[in-house]
Amino acid sequence: MIAALGLVVGIVLGLVLHPLVPLWLQPYLPIAVVAALDAVFGAVRATLEGVFDDKVFVISFVSNVLVAALIVFLGDQLGVGSQLSTGVIVVLSVRIFSNVAAIRRQLFGA
Amino acid sequence: MMDNPGVIDGQVRGPWRRLAAALRPRRTRSQAAVAALFVLLGVALAQQVRSNAQFDGLSTARETDLVGILDDLTARNERLAAEQRDLQATRDALANGTNSSVTALAEAKRRAATLAILAGTVQAQGPGVSIVVSDPAGKVDAASMLDAVEELRDAGAEALQIGTVRVVASTAFVDAAPGTVVVDGTTVTAPYTILAIGDPRTMSAALRIPGGVVESLRGLGADAAVTETTAVAVTALRPASTPQYARPAP
Repeated sequence: MIAALGLVVGIVLGLVLHPLVPLWLQPYLPIAVVAALDAVFGAVRATLEGVFDDKVFVISFVSNVLVAALIVFLGDQLGVGSQLSTGVIVVLSVRIFSNVAAIRRQLFGA
Repeated sequence: MMDNPGVIDGQVRGPWRRLAAALRPRRTRSQAAVAALFVLLGVALAQQVRSNAQFDGLSTARETDLVGILDDLTARNERLAAEQRDLQATRDALANGTNSSVTALAEAKRRAATLAILAGTVQAQGPGVSIVVSDPAGKVDAASMLDAVEELRDAGAEALQIGTVRVVASTAFVDAAPGTVVVDGTTVTAPYTILAIGDPRTMSAALRIPGGVVESLRGLGADAAVTETTAVAVTALRPASTPQYARPAP
């Protein structure tokens, strides 16, 4: 509940305050968001399976974001930034889909 | 199912109960950390969506992408500039062509009007003289008439009419019964009315010179009354004839 509230509050804050994202951070923000979404869906799945752990979630969230940003940063340095971004997005999307499938099986048994 | 107060975390069975349990607010440090992360995620999400909508995605594009986009735009710009040059050249050509064809058309119309007057296929009006030749003695013949016409032509007559017959380059005068002259097959009877468009003073002076047309007509017992007017209407027409053999030389 608190998590859902936090998400809503965050979206409202982002829309109202319109915080300025530093220029160096801008290329990594979309990837970081997708990575965080992956962590969130993983957390939901873990909750439904009864194995959710706050610590694991916080660590996976932060590490997902950092690793995704790091991969993109590395790609930028190597000159294959856009390709690596696409790769990261694909991998994260696949994970999100599999997590959603697991959630679906848990909730609806289908 | 959402508010199931008797269930404790460890004892819940089934995913729906676990979900309900997870959704129950608890104030622990780890929940606060999770909430903080979610706030961050929400802010990032909203900001990203917003900036994406605002800046067309250009502000978040990478350097190489930007260079590619710039190259594309430059190439497109050059293509469009070339197209613009082509179209401008075409437009100029068309405008010039239109101008010259309009000029040519106006010139052709002007020449056609001139030639029509000369050929006698259109009516003409302008300053000129009107001559009435009375011939009580019946002595005026085709030769006298031709003299008068020649004199008028020399004096610059541009359109001529005798009686109801238009006088053109091929007009023929034939002697007939006294008091009549056949002009181009039409019998004209005295008194003969000659209308001529041209400079009135020049023509009347040419007719009146000593030994000229008027004097020789008087010698024949006839009389010629020359009137200078500012508006002579040559209304007689001559049908246009299509040449049977002659063709315009290219």
